[in-house]
Amino acid sequence: MSEEQEVVTVVKSPIYLKYNFTAGAAPARFLAQLKKGKLTGQRRAEPGAPVYSPPRGSCPASGRPTEQEVELSDKATVQSFTIVYIPIPGNAIEPPFVVANLVADGANISFIHLMSECDNADVHIGQRVQAIWKPEEEWDYSMDNIRYFKPIDEPDVPVEKIGKLSVTGQED
Amino acid sequence: MKDIAIVAYQQSDGVSDAGAVNEVELIMPVLDRTFEQARLDSAQDVDFVCSGSCDYLQGAAFAFVAGVDALGAVPPIKESHVEMDAAWALYESILKIRMGHADSALIYGFGKSSPGELPIVLSQQLDPYYLAPQWVDSISLAAMQARLMLDQGLITERDMAEVVSRSRRNARSNPHAQLAGDVSPEDVLAQETYLSPLRKADCCPVSDGASAVVIATVEKAKEWGLPYAIISGIDHRIETHNLGMRDLTDSVSTRTAAEHAGMHDGKVDVAELYAPFSHQEIILTRALGLGEETSINPSGGVLAGNLMMASGLSRIGEVFNRIVSGEAQRGVAHTTSGPCLQHNLVTVLEKA
Repeated sequence: MSEEQEVVTVVKSPIYLKYNFTAGAAPARFLAQLKKGKLTGQRRAEPGAPVYSPPRGSCPASGRPTEQEVELSDKATVQSFTIVYIPIPGNAIEPPFVVANLVADGANISFIHLMSECDNADVHIGQRVQAIWKPEEEWDYSMDNIRYFKPIDEPDVPVEKIGKLSVTGQED
Repeated sequence: MKDIAIVAYQQSDGVSDAGAVNEVELIMPVLDRTFEQARLDSAQDVDFVCSGSCDYLQGAAFAFVAGVDALGAVPPIKESHVEMDAAWALYESILKIRMGHADSALIYGFGKSSPGELPIVLSQQLDPYYLAPQWVDSISLAAMQARLMLDQGLITERDMAEVVSRSRRNARSNPHAQLAGDVSPEDVLAQETYLSPLRKADCCPVSDGASAVVIATVEKAKEWGLPYAIISGIDHRIETHNLGMRDLTDSVSTRTAAEHAGMHDGKVDVAELYAPFSHQEIILTRALGLGEETSINPSGGVLAGNLMMASGLSRIGEVFNRIVSGEAQRGVAHTTSGPCLQHNLVTVLEKA
């Protein structure tokens, strides 16, 4: 071989695979309630067992199924948050926007959602927020039924109490 | 070196589509039954946990982490995972015990293959430069292998049909089998070819499910007072990913693994072979040198139901069942991974 060969350093081979994704039996129960405008959590059927929302099927701490459904408030507490300044490909939301870990009243773990109608500089841990829902006719099996969470005029929750409020917003 | 034994084995029913349940929901019932059999409360009662699964099957990144949610990992447990069949998780667990880091281990494997197109998904385990970009599916590769064997006169289509017939008949006594029935070789031969020369019956079905095993040192098994089977040998070997460089009509790696696992040191009463295609069972039987004295795939094997990432572990579990029930004194379990039997693990089990 006399000709100089070009050195191949990159080969492109895109992968496309199709899947029929199923959420799972427990998440399906959660999503069915969400379609009715209800935020729920689940726990194993024991008094005082932790309430998970969204539920995945098991109580990870014990490995037991979360058979009991618990209705939660759409009021929540900010457990943690971040302010996103970088546009994310495919995301319709204009930065800067707030992504927060929120614990709904009655639940013991947080879920992630957006915060809006607030001054980003004022967002803080322990802040009280409430869901702003889409119009009922747009409700689907989706967390998108809630557009975002908006701060409400309630006293901050001390850090050690976050994730420990009952569904009424009072300390358990 | 401490002898290691199997003390429990459970498997879910093989189903073509587990429906709405997710991974953790597939695993929990199997672990429940495994703990019950081993008289354990939870994964907290073993020293090590290792699982086998593949995120490509269900198309969800880190799906294996969801599996850990079935364990009750509070307080923290020692846990590991292989992106392989859980038979290799068992192999890792054996090493852990041999290193003196554990005396017992829970091993589980699970797969929900129904959400994707499994033969196409499996094309992505091929080498990424030459074969994966061509999307060569697992059935087409197996069909080429069968064609080689037929054209060289190493097997006949009737030999293949007889493997299917025996699998379906044996599976009648396996409550977890997906495909079972009184099927004759003639019935199989009467079917149209699917991917020539393979008929659908020559190919394992797509199945969803999970299986689990508990192993422990013999000392521990005795302390627990459980019936057990000793793992007297285990070895695995892999061949090149370049299919053109392999003799696809033979399984050199299976033969070598069996020799190193000490399979030939005694009579083999029972063999559970992970042969996803009928002709591959013939390759494996020959590579292992199994004869009339060995009952092959009494469970029906994976032609009766193929739980990806769990079927290999189940082969070991099925041999354990035969030994503990007294049907067999000594047996061999084989597990495969990769296209056309590329990677093979051989486990030898013996009566205590």
